Amino acid sequence: MNVVLIRRILTTIASAALLLWAVATIVFFLQHLVPGDPAMAILGGASANPPEETLQAIRDQYGFEDPLLVQYGAFLTGLVQLDLGESYTMKQPVTAIVSEQILPTLQLTGAALAIAWALAITLTLLTAGRRGWLGRLGAGIEVVFAALPHFWLGVVLLVVFAVVLQWLPVVDDGPLGLVLPALTLGIPLGGFLAQVTRDEFDVALRQPFVLSALSRGARTADVRFRQVLRHAALPGIALSGWGLGSLISGAVVVEVIFSRQGIGQVLVAAVNAQDLPLVIGVTFVVALVYVIANILSDAASVLVDPRLRHTIGATS
Amino acid sequence: MTTLITVRDLSVAFDGKEVVRDVSFSLRAGECLGIVGESGSGKSVTARSLLGLNGHGAQVTATTLDVGVDVLEATPEQLRHLRGSRIGYVLQDALVSLDPLRTVGTEIAEPLRAHRVPAAQRPARVQELLTSVSVPEPELRARQLPSELSGGLRQRALIAAGLALDPQVLIADEPTTALDVTVQAQVLELLEQNLSAGRAIILISHDLSVVERLADHVLVMHRGRVVEEGPTAQVLTSPQDPYTRRLLAAIPSASSRGDRLSDLPPATITAVPRERAPEAGPVLEAIGLGKSYRGPDGRTRPVVQDVSFTLDAGETLGIVGESGSGKSTTAWMALGLTPPSTGQVLLDGEAWTGIPERKRRSRRHRIAVVQQDPLSSFDPRWTVGRTIADSLSVGQGRRGGARGSAGSSGRERDRSARVAELLEAVGLDPAFAARHPLTMSGGQRQRAAIARAIATDPEVLVLDEPVSALDVSVQAQVLDLLGDLQSALGTAYLFISHDLGVIHHVSDRVLVMQGGQVVEHGTADQVLHAPQHPYTRQLVSTLPRRDLQEAS
Repeated sequence: MNVVLIRRILTTIASAALLLWAVATIVFFLQHLVPGDPAMAILGGASANPPEETLQAIRDQYGFEDPLLVQYGAFLTGLVQLDLGESYTMKQPVTAIVSEQILPTLQLTGAALAIAWALAITLTLLTAGRRGWLGRLGAGIEVVFAALPHFWLGVVLLVVFAVVLQWLPVVDDGPLGLVLPALTLGIPLGGFLAQVTRDEFDVALRQPFVLSALSRGARTADVRFRQVLRHAALPGIALSGWGLGSLISGAVVVEVIFSRQGIGQVLVAAVNAQDLPLVIGVTFVVALVYVIANILSDAASVLVDPRLRHTIGATS
Repeated sequence: MTTLITVRDLSVAFDGKEVVRDVSFSLRAGECLGIVGESGSGKSVTARSLLGLNGHGAQVTATTLDVGVDVLEATPEQLRHLRGSRIGYVLQDALVSLDPLRTVGTEIAEPLRAHRVPAAQRPARVQELLTSVSVPEPELRARQLPSELSGGLRQRALIAAGLALDPQVLIADEPTTALDVTVQAQVLELLEQNLSAGRAIILISHDLSVVERLADHVLVMHRGRVVEEGPTAQVLTSPQDPYTRRLLAAIPSASSRGDRLSDLPPATITAVPRERAPEAGPVLEAIGLGKSYRGPDGRTRPVVQDVSFTLDAGETLGIVGESGSGKSTTAWMALGLTPPSTGQVLLDGEAWTGIPERKRRSRRHRIAVVQQDPLSSFDPRWTVGRTIADSLSVGQGRRGGARGSAGSSGRERDRSARVAELLEAVGLDPAFAARHPLTMSGGQRQRAAIARAIATDPEVLVLDEPVSALDVSVQAQVLDLLGDLQSALGTAYLFISHDLGVIHHVSDRVLVMQGGQVVEHGTADQVLHAPQHPYTRQLVSTLPRRDLQEAS
């Protein structure tokens, strides 16, 4: 087996672990800087007006008065056992809540990423490297798409397609209910990706290998689709790891607008209720998704760009 | 013989600007037509017109443009059928002319795909083509990417793609530019074989020796027009047009030693020649220099082994060799920028390597460098004047800081006067000080690079392929300038080039390098007229025939 490849995989895993540890640590300490008594949060907040003895009992039970480092140690020990503690407000293990809620969010962001890529590729193939109004139209559409804020786009799509035209349901847990939220998330990212792929497409189109292919009788459409698009996709793929992460932040807003289940809804509720374990749990899982998304986008780059594959092989 | 291509009064304009004007020629089966000219002379545009590949912005007019079909009347689909099947087109610089993301096999199979050769037959045809252009291990090569092949193999693969459908005409646009001399000879041989097999070739080149070897008939183009045409031997031995004559005179070779190559007047340089006691030793000495690098697999590979030479004041030592022979590594060690693994360099008899940079800094101004690509060796955001002034401050070093009381504005004035003086010395108008490198031509940039290098009045100038990126007439001017500067300033040159003609023209003594080692060393005439080592003999045998005739 290839030594260089193994070393690459090990480095990737090690750096991912390091990143996750850093995220967990930062979130843990930040949460402890926030004013407020977690024991109060567990007992339902100040409005519940719990007696002082009960508060003290809770503090002792959860170890809130232990030194911070001891609490941090307990937190890390739990973390490596995949135990993120119990939610203060929902009285359930955080892992159970998060693993249940992450699925709809992943569906949403996955669908949004697919829409974004479909948009970017279509816009690029149809309009990039074209002279005259078609090229300018494509570039214009991308700027507009990339500039659309999620909260506005979501409401507009909801009003137009669900309320006025009634083509799609307002709230639905099935695949139909996924269409509008996924469009809301996917369209701005698609505009952004298309800007990147268009630039690269234009650069690749000026390369001598394009002239070379045409001089052998290749069709222009073939050269664009089979050769140039591949070059154009590379920077977009590299950005997709980041894109998926940004979609999860976007999902927080979109899930509220469309009243969808998901990690975004959970996070908003947890922050409002000062539910420390749940906030940390959600943040940690989002970081995990980020890391995995970046590994996947790296793998996709290697798949599309054979030079990366070959250089790994060549040094073995 | 049948006439394959007839062109009458071809003109091409882009946005109303005419780049090709009234070009006429014809090509018959088995014939080779050479089109010679410098960059921007319109030779590539002429060739692309034959395929209808000049792009949307081009206005192409001609009384006849017949390549089997009338290109001006043909539909896009008819033109597409013509490309590859009737005319094969091979572009220059195979690294960028092959798609870096596709395997060589896919690339060669492309014309077969485009012209509907059944998929089942393509792999066998690709193997056959790679074999026909003498690519070893064709099965392996077909699976590799262009970046994994050497320059020579890439160029062959590109030619194989051009030949895939057995076209009657092959257009080779600078097929040997950027290739080492021995590889260049192999590629020309390949084209020669095609020619004797009855294929017609249009050979485009700025290099007269390449055209001379293959072409039956030559067109000399200058600024979009054909200035001279005729049988190759006639054009090259008794040129009628002044431009052709200038072009021929500009080629550096053994016989041009001591003569001026360009018709520019000698540079006027006012300088006191360096006083140097005759008994003083060489200005630069390399003793047993070696450099090795550790590869990613942990093995150590020697790049340079046991290179020794001396360079006397005012002398030129040429280092010649192919890419990968260790020439540039040797230059960098001489400059004290790459520490040698073994051996040492002495500058003026004092240790120059093996000491910390701190101890070198005060002597840095004594040795300077001019690189091949002046564009990438300049900061594009700086004006030429600022770049040169910057290197002046290196020369003054601490001395400049110590006399701070002289007032900064006075120093500033001194400096811009010196910049102007340097620009004039290299034949540039002092107004160039305000220009940015991007707005200058290659020759102007190289002159500015030379001005920067001589700014500190160095005793040694390392010239690393200083004219390799230049057109032949610009090359001639730069070589003349370097000669003028050397006689006025007494600077010693370490001149690195892959071009034997250039080396012979400029060098007093020559070092031939191969695989990191010096294989031959002697005076220029010894080494290049009576080579002893088989490798040098092989190099010399690739020189243009005309030179050999004159020499004998």
